Amino acid sequence: MTIENVKKEDVLALKVEGRVDTTTAPMFEDEIKKNIEGIKELVIDLEKMDYISSAGLRVLLSAQKIMDKQGKMKVKNVNENIMDIFEITGFDTILTIE
Amino acid sequence: MKELVIAAIKENLEDVLSFVDDELDTTDCPVKTKMQIDIAVEEIFVNIVNYAYGGKTGEVKIKVELQDKHGLKITFIDKGIPYNPLEKEDPDITLSAQEREIGGLGILMTKKCMDDIKYEYKGCNILTINKVW
Repeated sequence: MTIENVKKEDVLALKVEGRVDTTTAPMFEDEIKKNIEGIKELVIDLEKMDYISSAGLRVLLSAQKIMDKQGKMKVKNVNENIMDIFEITGFDTILTIE
Repeated sequence: MKELVIAAIKENLEDVLSFVDDELDTTDCPVKTKMQIDIAVEEIFVNIVNYAYGGKTGEVKIKVELQDKHGLKITFIDKGIPYNPLEKEDPDITLSAQEREIGGLGILMTKKCMDDIKYEYKGCNILTINKVW
């Protein structure tokens, strides 16, 4: 997994590439935690994510909970395979998907 | 059929997934199916790591059996405390983000990604999953 991080004033954009699993999810969580203070908009690009397990979903859910309090969050460029996982877990209704 | 006996520790997740993927790579298994199988394998293995041996390290035996190159049966055997994950209630996936709890998703994902899951206890936990493509 690699994460590209672009911060512009109070907007944080993260591009997540590769596999987000039990091993890599803590790094994804750290990346969010260390950058989220003062952020009003979090945009997560999943175009190149090719795998997500429950460990990765937990990170997205906790990010959503934080952003519900301090601004908004959207997830974009969700590919078909990842969208399937969002649908079977109800994450398609929790997240704002563009 | 191939068999792997490995310590139930998080660090071995990659080896477990490679063991299963190596078998899948000998077939024409679609990318999406491979992802679904990997998810089920990860969730079950991590569950065993976290709960089976109550903080101590134990082993897990994983058997992989291809069926006519269009299906796969995977069996997980551990000698930890008896635990049937299928008895666990599914989380309510209609709740909002604020109401949803972090956790409980692994078994739900396993059920939805696989065609069939079976649990037996015969002096050890035996969990068998099946997927056909």
